[in-house]
Amino acid sequence: MWEVLKIVLSGVVALLAAIAANWAHDLAYQVHALLVMLIAGGLCLYHIRHAGEPKADYGAAPADGYMDDVVRAGVIATTFWGVVGFLAGVFIALQLAFPELNFDWGQPYTNFGRLRPLHTSAVIFAFGGNALIMSSFYIVQRTSGARLFGGNLGWFVFWGYQLFIVLAATGYLLGATQSKEYAEPEWYVDIWLTIVWVAFLVAFLGTIVRRKEKHIYVANWFLLSFIITVAMLHLVNNLSIPVSIFGSKSVQVFAGVQDAMTQWWYGHNAVGFFLTAGFLGMMYYFVPKQAERPVYSYKLSIIHFWALIFLYIWAGPHHLHYTALPDWASTLGMVFSIILWMPSWGGMINGLMTLQGAWDKLRTDPIMRMLVISLAFYGMSTFEGPMMSIRAVNSLSHYTDWTIGHVHSGALGWNGMITFGALYFLTPRLWGREAMYSTSAINWHFWLATIGIVLYAASMWVTGIMEGLMWREVDAQGFLVNSFADTVDAKFPMYVVRALGGILYLSGGLIMVWNIWMTIRGKAPAKSAVATPAE
Amino acid sequence: MADNKKDDVTGVETTGHEWDGIRELNNPLPRWWLWLFYATIVYGLLYTIAYPAWPMVNRATGGLLGYSTRGEVAEEIARVEAQNAEVAAQLAAADLNTLDPSSPAHSYGIAGGAAVFRANCSQCHGAGAAGARGYPNLLDDDWLWGGDLNSIEYTVRHGIRNEADPDARYSQMPAFGEILSTGEIAAITEYVLEISGQEYDAGMADTGAELFADNCAACHGDDGTGDRMQGAPNLTDAIWLYGGDRDTITETIHDARFGVMPPWGPRLSDAEIKAVTLYVHGLGGGEAAPEEE
Repeated sequence: MWEVLKIVLSGVVALLAAIAANWAHDLAYQVHALLVMLIAGGLCLYHIRHAGEPKADYGAAPADGYMDDVVRAGVIATTFWGVVGFLAGVFIALQLAFPELNFDWGQPYTNFGRLRPLHTSAVIFAFGGNALIMSSFYIVQRTSGARLFGGNLGWFVFWGYQLFIVLAATGYLLGATQSKEYAEPEWYVDIWLTIVWVAFLVAFLGTIVRRKEKHIYVANWFLLSFIITVAMLHLVNNLSIPVSIFGSKSVQVFAGVQDAMTQWWYGHNAVGFFLTAGFLGMMYYFVPKQAERPVYSYKLSIIHFWALIFLYIWAGPHHLHYTALPDWASTLGMVFSIILWMPSWGGMINGLMTLQGAWDKLRTDPIMRMLVISLAFYGMSTFEGPMMSIRAVNSLSHYTDWTIGHVHSGALGWNGMITFGALYFLTPRLWGREAMYSTSAINWHFWLATIGIVLYAASMWVTGIMEGLMWREVDAQGFLVNSFADTVDAKFPMYVVRALGGILYLSGGLIMVWNIWMTIRGKAPAKSAVATPAE
Repeated sequence: MADNKKDDVTGVETTGHEWDGIRELNNPLPRWWLWLFYATIVYGLLYTIAYPAWPMVNRATGGLLGYSTRGEVAEEIARVEAQNAEVAAQLAAADLNTLDPSSPAHSYGIAGGAAVFRANCSQCHGAGAAGARGYPNLLDDDWLWGGDLNSIEYTVRHGIRNEADPDARYSQMPAFGEILSTGEIAAITEYVLEISGQEYDAGMADTGAELFADNCAACHGDDGTGDRMQGAPNLTDAIWLYGGDRDTITETIHDARFGVMPPWGPRLSDAEIKAVTLYVHGLGGGEAAPEEE
């Protein structure tokens, strides 16, 4: 019965996709319909050919064992998309320094305007998203003492999410975008992501419900708040009406300043719940595990968790200071951002102080060093953020490269480093190796990435503040001193330094790929003993 | 781990929970953290009392300071305008042709004109006013519509070939691709190459000269030196707006050109227009007013 249903369902989807491809109004939609048709058709054929066979024993694990196959796939996907995202970032950084790299022959596909969302989505959603899904599946199973809920639901979430990434990325290149920053994918991609996300929530919550521990571990509070809030943000910000069901274009439900406010309510909480709360969930597992120390303060984790998730949701208007947004909303956004400073730092304190009694590991364990520096960057950017939300500061920093620098010290420093740490923690455990293939390669990665971030953030601070000062510079009679082109010209050297920082960061990522590959192949176990806990 | 409720290293109590080997210490909230948290809350509350903040039924609270972002900008602009009011009024009322170069209004105009230019004109004419392909260089003494103060002011105020201002300077070169044969256009091209002092095909240029007289001289003049009344460029010098090589000249004759400049009258004040006129006139190519006007 279940088998027949699968065959019929995939066949119908393939047929509908073929019809959609035939009547498509635009190229992006047509390519996507063909892609869906091929995948659904392939699945249909597969199910027909294997009909009646005894059911394959997925994972071959006992029902009460952990479901780690999907986490293994997640490790590989995170690594892969990370490198893709870094590469796209380096390329568009070079495009800004050397505009010839937009390539006249490649227009419009190789234009900065199309590659930029490719970069942001690749790092945030493909790299960060896979890191979050993978580690939440790992963490929720371990800290609940239960197998992942829903049978193969985890696999549906994994592959469904990869399909979302491919649809989003190819859509950008082919020109399908709803022009909302970090929410560029068009309506049908949004609907697909909603389905995948609900499945993610069910798998995660189901596992928590099954847990054998009496209490829910703090990492899971953060991960759950991340999953629920991202679902809410995604649904509201993407409310739109398709122009045709056979085309990618849609029209937003909100207009004008309401649309802007909804967008930045979404945009800021994508930072708050995707890149902060979700990654804090990772931090609360990997830091105490790697340090082999108890979490510093249970009280602090409760207070800063509730304060963080309550306050973050109001901070969005600080993206719209000095715009059509009414002053009162802008004030509230700023005030909530400032009050958010300490709740954000609560996570840093709890992470760093967990090393009490294990600080010596910083000398010997490069994974620990990565986790600690990621907390340091987390602390820096969660101080910088509230500061930049102050109206007077924002009048200088807004629209400048300072914002880009701020975002990258958070993304490269906090999200990137903690994910690298998690990947180095998980790979040997998931593939049954004693340790990573090469400890010195982790060290190299650490230093390349750290120097890369420093170059990136420092050059963007310099050029951002310079740019802000040049824009507002007036002479004694109140006349502007610089034209816009003057400011662009002045930024060139810093753009080169920024690209160099990106290249270093990418090189570190490539070293990690090699190291993970060698660990998975498992030919020669690591020679030097690393301070990793035996399980 | 004899006492499950106590951590050996720090001697701090744990909560007694354990997940996958992770335990939690029962440390209190760090005092400095808590007090900073309170301080930001107090600051936030005071700030919302001082500034517009809380939405009510009909409007939001305005704040004790009476502050608004728009008000802040308006105040700043008003301050600068008040400071410059006298000299700006002098400039707006002045006849640029007779304005004393050592007067404050003149200096104000040059400085203000440079700023107006950077903000409004540099996007097309370049930050240094050197122009680009299709956008005239304003540093040289070659003018399409005239380079004296009155002509420049008129061009700035009304623009060129735009639909927004009925007084815009207007002229239209026909696309000769629809009028002449390919061979005839090639011949004219050779003639234009000849009069502009470039290498040319003598045989074709002779034919081209006749065709030029019939088709082009009405605007560009018998000798090809152009006509400022119609914005027809001088074809005998080495200055080209779109390019002076054989291919580009052929393309220009075949398709014609139609460069547009917006009118700045609706956007800039009288004083600003006069200021930017003085600035552009002073860049190097400014001409004296014609004797009789």
